[in-house]
Amino acid sequence: MKNWLFPILTALLALLFVGSLVYGAVFIPPSSVVDILLGKGAERQSWVNIVLQSRLPQAVTAIMAGSSLAVSGLLLQTLFRNPLAGPSILGISDGANLGVAAVMLYFGGSLGRLADWPISGYPAIILAAFAGACVILVIILYFSTKVRNSVMLLIIGIMIGYLASSCISILNFYATADRVHSYVMWGMGNFAAVSLEQLPLFTVCTLGGLFLSILLIKPLNALLLGEMYAANLGIRVNRVRLYILLCTGLLTAVTTAFCGPISFIGLAVPHIARLALGSSNHKMLLPVTLLTGACVALLCNMLMVVPGTNTVLPLNAVTPLIGAPVIIYVIVNRKNIHYFN
Amino acid sequence: MNPAPVIQTSDLSIGYAGKGGKRKRVHDGLSLELLSGQVTCLLGMNGVGKSTLLRTLAGFQLSLSGDILVMGKPLQAYYQSELSLAIGVVLTEKTNAGDLTAYDLVSLGRHPYTGFFGTLKTHDREVIEQSIEAVGMTQKAQQLVAEMSDGERQKIMIAKTLAQESPIILLDEPTAFLDIASRIETMILLRKLAIEQGKAILLSTHDIEQAIQMGDFLWLLGKNRPLLSGTPEDLILDGSFASFFRKKNMDFDLSTGKLTAKAPTTPIGIEGDPLMVYWVSNALIRNGWMPTPSTPDNINIICNPNRHFIITFPNGAHRETTSIQQLLQEIHPI
Repeated sequence: MKNWLFPILTALLALLFVGSLVYGAVFIPPSSVVDILLGKGAERQSWVNIVLQSRLPQAVTAIMAGSSLAVSGLLLQTLFRNPLAGPSILGISDGANLGVAAVMLYFGGSLGRLADWPISGYPAIILAAFAGACVILVIILYFSTKVRNSVMLLIIGIMIGYLASSCISILNFYATADRVHSYVMWGMGNFAAVSLEQLPLFTVCTLGGLFLSILLIKPLNALLLGEMYAANLGIRVNRVRLYILLCTGLLTAVTTAFCGPISFIGLAVPHIARLALGSSNHKMLLPVTLLTGACVALLCNMLMVVPGTNTVLPLNAVTPLIGAPVIIYVIVNRKNIHYFN
Repeated sequence: MNPAPVIQTSDLSIGYAGKGGKRKRVHDGLSLELLSGQVTCLLGMNGVGKSTLLRTLAGFQLSLSGDILVMGKPLQAYYQSELSLAIGVVLTEKTNAGDLTAYDLVSLGRHPYTGFFGTLKTHDREVIEQSIEAVGMTQKAQQLVAEMSDGERQKIMIAKTLAQESPIILLDEPTAFLDIASRIETMILLRKLAIEQGKAILLSTHDIEQAIQMGDFLWLLGKNRPLLSGTPEDLILDGSFASFFRKKNMDFDLSTGKLTAKAPTTPIGIEGDPLMVYWVSNALIRNGWMPTPSTPDNINIICNPNRHFIITFPNGAHRETTSIQQLLQEIHPI
């Protein structure tokens, strides 16, 4: 147990948070950013708008989304006893994606209009994303009872993800060109999609899901031994499995509904956390995963801005840069990594 | 003191509820008693339902019919949390606990006692430490499970059941993947727990010799035949063992308690130094001879210490050899 990890991660989180406020496509002097945050105003009104209306909600969104995805990845990896499980690999993100696409096309709104929707419209989208994610989760869970081989199960997850994507393609096919364009943009992932007005709803949903996950720490530890051992320790496995899936569904769905399907954070962050912590005890691992997820998301948020230009890369162009090497490292070194044994 | 039965079954049928209400019966009519303070070994070939029986007794799967009483109360009347106080298990299921310390893993055994977040109180810590000590792993309590040998992992899993403080411990082939030293060590440990802590221990195994040596009580489970149970020696002497393990090319040797290749038939006389006689007989049986007392009609071997053997053939010819290999060559074509 490395107790020093918490202060370090907290400091890192604070640093990255400040960094995200100071660093962006538009240069704003750090002193002005401080003044703006202290409510003193700045030389230019546009700077105030950028910091308060754009960078601040974006940084908070990144923290929430990163924690959510990382924690859902951890829950799935423990539940399926598969270190390569994650919301995007198992097709859960695609399910949420499909839910969002269906609702939007049902209402006939473009994604551009979606952003202007009154807040009352968002719960519908979150619900649709949640429903989509849960449907995929239940399908995966059904197959997990039929297919014991975890690699095969992952492939089934990928196939189901393809099926969901195929439905989305069909929906897209009948949509107009600019809807398709905005949909593609949304699919690239974006922490900037949550406006200051939508932030409270997003935060409440996310914190709710994270709170639920903390309640699951005890059964998650028992599940490390497998379902029969867990049952023998008095855990009601079927019920716990349902809670884990609902929690994962909620976290993935809310994040996907607001920020688009974000790859690799859910898959890679639990590994970073386990490697750093050197323990699978969820009492420590869950908070460490949560903090690491927030840090990684903030880091990605900053890496999106190409230095010296005004260019901002899509989020999903950046997350694999961190995630893929981690997963490759983990697979190559799996013989020496304890949590595989 | 008479040992008390902690699990009793009557006319129990085990198996699986298959598709369309079809049931796959694995075994019928099991009437058993598991006693506390004893090591009971469940023996049987693959596929006769050893794991199914253990899983049924542990409450992981439902019985098809019949009754199971655990501590005098019907199994189906137990809440899951309540059953975890009565029965602890060690399974063959693969665990993902490599990144836990031995202490962390054993502390999972306290789950039935701890609160919502599994926080350990002073008493819990005492029980965990005692459990680790009972399996002799105190020195390695802070080591990661992944860094342990198979034998040490098995001890830690046993310590987990001790932390559970359940009077019954069920183990599914606990020695299957262990080397011979760890097997013996594990069995000695289980005996110690049965004797010192009065645990009722039931384990399935393929190791017949060890079961005979270390088991207080044996359950012999075979396909399509009633389960035989009793003290190992009784089962050997009343012929249960022999009938149980009789197969085409195999025999159960009553005098040694070993399964051997099909009974040898060609007699050969052997006498002399007991140690030499034992091992020469071993080699002879393997080669199809049946050692008997010396008679003039057969080949006779006199065994002197230090592998000095004198072979006398029925025609009166003599040979002397100084190794068993030579001896076998001399007597070769039978």
